[in-house]
Amino acid sequence: MKKLLKIFSALLLICSLNTLSFAAEKVDYLKTDWSFKGLFGKFDRAALQRGYQVYTEVCASCHSMKYLSYRNLAEKGGPEFPEDQAKAIAASFEVTDGPNSDGEMFTRPGKLSDKFVMPYENVKAAQAANGGAYPPDMSVLVKARGGGVDYIYSLLQGYEEAPSGMTLDDGVHYNKYMYGNKIRMSAPLSDGLVEYGDGTTATVEQMSKDVTTFLMWAAEPHLEARHQMGFKAIIYLIILTILVYFSMKKIWSRVESEV
Amino acid sequence: MSDHDYRPKSKVGQWFNDRLPLLTLANHLTDYPTPKNLNYWWTFGGILTFCLITQIVTGLTLAMHYIAHADMAFESVEHIMRDVNYGWLIRYIHANGASMFFLAVYIHIFRSLFYGSYKSPREIIWILGIIIYLLMMAAAFMGYVLPWGQMSFWGATVITNLFSAIPLVGEGIVTWLWGGYSVDNPTLTRFFTLHYLIPFLILGLVVLHIWALHVPGNNNPVGIDIKKPSKDTVPFHPYIVIKDGFALLMFMIVFAFFVFYSPNILGHADNYIEANPMVTPAHIVPEWYLLPFYAILRSVPDKLLGVVAMLSAILILAVLPWLDTSKIRSAVFRPLYKQFYWILVADVLILGYVGAMPAEGLYLLIARVATAYYFLHFLVILPVLGFKEKTLPVPLSITEPVLGGSLNLATARQKESKIE
Amino acid sequence: MSEKKTKRRDFLFTATTAVGAVGAAAVVWPMIDQMNPDASVKALASTEVDVSALTPGNTLTVLWRGKPVFIRRRTQEEIDEARSVKMEDLIHPEKDEDRAKNPEWLVMLGVCTHLGCVPLNDKGDYNGWFCPCHGSHYDTSGRIRKGPAPWNMEVPKYEFVNANTIKIG
Repeated sequence: MKKLLKIFSALLLICSLNTLSFAAEKVDYLKTDWSFKGLFGKFDRAALQRGYQVYTEVCASCHSMKYLSYRNLAEKGGPEFPEDQAKAIAASFEVTDGPNSDGEMFTRPGKLSDKFVMPYENVKAAQAANGGAYPPDMSVLVKARGGGVDYIYSLLQGYEEAPSGMTLDDGVHYNKYMYGNKIRMSAPLSDGLVEYGDGTTATVEQMSKDVTTFLMWAAEPHLEARHQMGFKAIIYLIILTILVYFSMKKIWSRVESEV
Repeated sequence: MSDHDYRPKSKVGQWFNDRLPLLTLANHLTDYPTPKNLNYWWTFGGILTFCLITQIVTGLTLAMHYIAHADMAFESVEHIMRDVNYGWLIRYIHANGASMFFLAVYIHIFRSLFYGSYKSPREIIWILGIIIYLLMMAAAFMGYVLPWGQMSFWGATVITNLFSAIPLVGEGIVTWLWGGYSVDNPTLTRFFTLHYLIPFLILGLVVLHIWALHVPGNNNPVGIDIKKPSKDTVPFHPYIVIKDGFALLMFMIVFAFFVFYSPNILGHADNYIEANPMVTPAHIVPEWYLLPFYAILRSVPDKLLGVVAMLSAILILAVLPWLDTSKIRSAVFRPLYKQFYWILVADVLILGYVGAMPAEGLYLLIARVATAYYFLHFLVILPVLGFKEKTLPVPLSITEPVLGGSLNLATARQKESKIE
Repeated sequence: MSEKKTKRRDFLFTATTAVGAVGAAAVVWPMIDQMNPDASVKALASTEVDVSALTPGNTLTVLWRGKPVFIRRRTQEEIDEARSVKMEDLIHPEKDEDRAKNPEWLVMLGVCTHLGCVPLNDKGDYNGWFCPCHGSHYDTSGRIRKGPAPWNMEVPKYEFVNANTIKIG
C-alpha cells in the first residue's frame, strides 16, 4: 500500500514537472479572484451578464464569436438570461438568411438558434478593415492563450506609454503583457465606457474582469457541469477504491503474501 | 499448461467447448498461475488494457460527430465541446486518455527494464511491446492532427518533413504522405483513416503480447524461473484481478483529476487556434510523451543524422534482449545495474525537459550530453556490465525471500473451502 | 470460521460489486446519450413559409427538420369529401375538423406512417395521397384508408403568422 502511494505521488510529481516546463516563460500577470476556479468553481452570473454587455457593446464591433449561438445566453451554466430576454437580444441582430424562393438572400431578425452575427464577412474583410491585423475570433480565445484568463485580464489593463527608445509604427500600441509588447488593438476600454444596468461602476478593471469571465464561459460553456460531475466522480472513485482495498485484503489473506 | 485437460461441467458447455474452446480459454485465464510476489509495478499491464479500451470507445463515439475536412474539423470539435450531449466529457477523456496511456506505458516499459522482463525467454513479448509502443506514437501523433489547430497543423508539417531527410526519394515520399504540396485536406483525411485503424492493430498485437506472456508466464520481482502452479503462484482470478482493479482505481482518480479539473493542462494553447498555413506558432513543441525523442532529434546538427538518431533511440530497444548480456534478470540482485538504471531514468527525464525548451545555448548542450549517454547506456554499459558485474546471490524460490517458507496454494484453497 | 465472519465477507464483496456496477452503468450513459439529438439540433428553429402564391387544388412541399411538409390548399370538393367520411370507416379515426382548423389549409408531415417514404400527391383510391413503397392510400385529409400504414399522416404544430405566412414548428 505504501509502495502504491509512492508510485502515484511520483506519477503526480512527473505530471506537474511536465506542466511546469511548459509554463517556463513566466510573466507576472495581474491577479484577481476568479469565481470559476477550484473544485466547486462556478461563474458569477451577474459578471457574465455584464461581460456579455461589454462584449456586445465594445468587442463585437471587431471580434467575432462564431461558435456561440444566442440560445447559449439562456442556457444553464451560462449568463442565464431569461428566455424572453435572450430572444430579444437575438432579435436585435439582423441575420442573413436564404436563399428564398426567388433565390435571393434576405435579412431577418435573429432567432435563438442563430449563431452570433459576425462583424465581418470573412477573415480578409476583417484584415482589410483593421490595417492588416485580424482581430481573433473570441469563442475559444481564453483557451488559445498560454496565460488564459489572467493574460486576457492583464492585457486589457496593460496599455502604457511605450518606454523610451522603443519606436512604434502607426497603428501599433504598447502593451505590457502582449507577446513582444506590440499590439494592433488600441486600448479598448476606458472608465465609464458602458453603462451597466445593475448599477455597477464601469471601471476599466471591472469591465476587464466581467468580459474575461464572459470569455471564459464562452470558451468552456460546460465548466460548471464539469466541476460538479468531477466532484461526484472522484468521491465515487474513492469510495469504490476503499471497498476494493478491503476486498483485496480479505482475498489475499488466504495466502500469506504481502499486498 | 495445466488447463488443456479442462472439461466444462454441463453437457451444453461440453458440446460448445468441443466446437469452440472458449471455455477452456476462460478457464485458462482465470486459473493462470501468477507469481504471488508481483508488486504494484506489475499492475500497469491491466491499466494499459483499460486505457486502450477507453480510447477505442471514446474514439468511436467522437468519430460519430467529428468531420475530417480541413474547413470543418476545427468547427466540428467545437460542436462536440458545446452541443453534443456529454461531448465535452468524451473529448476530454479521449485527449487526456492519450497522456494517461503514455504515462502507463512508460511505467510499464521501465518496470520491464528494472526487472529484466525482456530477457530470455520473453524476447518476443518485449518486441511485440515495442511495436505496440511505436504504433501508439503514430496513433497519438495523427490523433493530435485531427482537431486542425495550429499545433496540429505545424506538428504534422514538422513530423512529415522528417521523411524529407531520406536521400534522393525523401521529397517524393513527403509529397506522397501529404497528397499535395503541403499538409492539407488530403493529409487530414488519410490521418483520420489511419488514426481509426491503428488502435485495432494495437488491439490485435495486445492479444499476441498476452498470448506470448502466457507461454513462459510472468516474470517477477525476484526474476527467477518458478514452477507453475506451485506454492509460489496464485491463480489470476481473484487474486490478481482484485489487485489490478485496486491499482486501476487509483489510476482512475488521477485520470479524473485531469479530465475534470485541468483538462487542457497537458495540451497546448495554440491548438485552440484554427490551423493557419501562413503563420507558425512562436514555440512549437510536441506532446509531452514525445519530448525525449524530440530532444534527441534536435541535439544532432545534421538533418538526416538527427532523424536517424531519433529512430535509433526507439529501435535500439528492440535489440535490448541481446545487448544486455547479464544472466540475472532482476536489478534487485545487480547492484551496479541498479545504479545505471536510475541514471537512465534521470537521463530520459532530462531529455524530456530539454525537449520542451528552446534548442539553444545550455539546453542544447545538455540535450547532446543526455543523448550521448542514452546510447552509451544501451550500446556500451549494458553489454560490458553483464560480464563485469558481481551480482548478489539469487534465491531459489519466491517464498524464500518473502516469508522464508509459508502456506502454499493448496493450504490457501483449503482455507477458502472452509470459509464457503 | 464462524457464521458471522462469513456474512461480513459476503457483505463486503456484494457491496463492492454493487458499487462497481453502479459506476459502470453511469459511465455507459454518456456514451449512449451522445447519439441523441444534440443541443443545436434541438434548438433548430421553426420554418416560415410564404403561401401567397398557392392556388386551390395545389400542394406546396417544404423541408422542416429534414422532413417534407405538405401544405395543401384544398378545393371545396376536397373539404366536403374529407368531412363527409364516417368515423367508423377510418383505420385511425380523426375528424377533419381537428386536422385542418382552417378547412382550406391542410398542413401535415409528408411522411408515410408505415416506413417513412414520401407519398405521392393526387394519387390513390381516395383522391389524396398514395405511398408508392408499400401501397398505402390516404384521403383528402391525409388519413390512412387502405394499405399497411397504421396511422394518419401527422399534423405538426403550425400557425398562421399572417394571411400569407405559415410558421411550422
